[in-house]
Amino acid sequence: MLIYADNAATTAVSKKALEAMLPYFTEHYGNASSIHRVGQEANKALQQARAEIAAILGAEPKELIFTSGGSESDNQAIISAALQGAKKGKKHIISSKIEHHAVLHVLDKLEKEGYDITLLDVSPEGLVSPESVEKAIREDTALVTIMFANNEIGTIEPIKEIGEICRKHGVIFHTDAVQAVGHVPINVKEMNIDMLSFSAHKFHGPKGIGGLYVRKGIRLLPLIEGGAQERGLRAGTENVAAVVGMAAALKEQVENMEKNAEKLTKMRDRLIDSILKEVPRVRLNGDRVKRLPGNVNFCFEGIEGEALLLMLDNLGICGSSGSACTSGSLDPSHVLLAIGLPHEIAHGSLRLTFSEYNTEEEIDYIIKVIPQVVKRLRDMSPMWERIVKEEA
Amino acid sequence: MLYSDKVMDHFMNPRNVGKIDDADGVGEVGNAKCGDIMKVYIKVDNDIITDVKFNTFGCASAIATSSIATEMIKGKPISEALKLTNKAVVEALDGLPPVKIHCSVLAEEAVKAAIADYYKKIGKEPDPEIFSCTGCCESCGAEGAHSH
Ligand SMILES: Cc1ncc(COP(=O)(O)O)c(C=O)c1O
Repeated sequence: MLIYADNAATTAVSKKALEAMLPYFTEHYGNASSIHRVGQEANKALQQARAEIAAILGAEPKELIFTSGGSESDNQAIISAALQGAKKGKKHIISSKIEHHAVLHVLDKLEKEGYDITLLDVSPEGLVSPESVEKAIREDTALVTIMFANNEIGTIEPIKEIGEICRKHGVIFHTDAVQAVGHVPINVKEMNIDMLSFSAHKFHGPKGIGGLYVRKGIRLLPLIEGGAQERGLRAGTENVAAVVGMAAALKEQVENMEKNAEKLTKMRDRLIDSILKEVPRVRLNGDRVKRLPGNVNFCFEGIEGEALLLMLDNLGICGSSGSACTSGSLDPSHVLLAIGLPHEIAHGSLRLTFSEYNTEEEIDYIIKVIPQVVKRLRDMSPMWERIVKEEA
Repeated sequence: MLYSDKVMDHFMNPRNVGKIDDADGVGEVGNAKCGDIMKVYIKVDNDIITDVKFNTFGCASAIATSSIATEMIKGKPISEALKLTNKAVVEALDGLPPVKIHCSVLAEEAVKAAIADYYKKIGKEPDPEIFSCTGCCESCGAEGAHSH
């Protein structure tokens, strides 16, 4: 048995996306900038993909550039807004404590270069309040960047409301929608979004390709200099096959969005309800309702996440954790700490993220296995022993 | 794979898991904030560690290092158990990833803490050379690494 439950990390490429891509490796392999027919064939595919993706997001094709993925899009959006803000004396940026590192590390760097960064607190559910954004806006605010949905705890932020506030105050609003695009309805115009990052490998497209939406009227600066690709905003020969695969994956995903969300929400809630009922001293992280359809994130007291992950892996279940041992640093995930969890509880986190490729039978198996594995680890945990003693 | 087969074996099938109710020495090191706590129980007869059990809260390598450390001291004279180094633990496990070396230090200290507790019980002065804190958890920067 192999159950892949780490779809927030990456997804399998869909059959349709793969089939759409294949001819662009061997038949239509031209450079989209070449003026001969082989190049123009590639260019046509590139522009068609752009038009399709733009339409899905409620944008104009001209408002979309392709990048190497979510990290690059986040970097470019933030750095571009920061540099242009500085020219007008605006060096203040507002974000939240639960952003992806592709945002937070850029902000760290800007802070060292003299920018003033406000990282908003979030509620225990991981929600950024629009009021807190409004309160933080200053005369010199150059950018607000708040993620659409959190990659660890799945909380979906009130993006439309935050966008409205930014629009009202004339501040540029960027959202890292890497976990949201293809999973929840998004319309950049209706949601007052000025810039939006997305990444194909989170919605059954290939890795290493993504995009950045930039509203007409907002100037974007290139991060990578070179050729005139992407209207001079992103140099480098376009990865046409990947772009075609991304468009095909997104189209398929959006066509089935409602159906998939319904299925996933049902599976998700069944898993959550069962674990909360069957396992003592466990908490669900993230908002119960304003939550990505495929995201489940628990903290089990008295055990450590990496041990839990490896035992589950041994039983065929692939998930992830925000424990220090898995985050590659000495501290557990900044997201879990930001929602107010103490270190010792954050160490015991388990994230399972599903896609429509998962089945109810897999959920049955997970529901059966998790309580056993948690018990096995707790039975050898001196911390659990202490918790039980304190309870008695 | 992140870990050697040996580590995975000791993690999936840990030896000497449990507690000893009438232990002659109990040592506990690490802390919850850092994400690992090891507790070692020993039975001593005639200066020989006749039985040893452990309980560990922590990652796979924390569990594996505890397991192999108990195996390495079981049936041994105390003088020999005191010579257990974290390096020997790492070697016995066919290596650990660099970020997990502190788990082996913790395992060494858990064994020493149990022996120190035994010494205290029989009224023997522990050698400060051997029992000084090596700062197992210094990496995390949290408060006192030990809680014997
Ligand atoms: C919220 C969020 N932002 C950014 C990224 C980075 O995207 P990519 O892997 O495409 O660079 C990810 C995924 O890892 C993510 O989940």
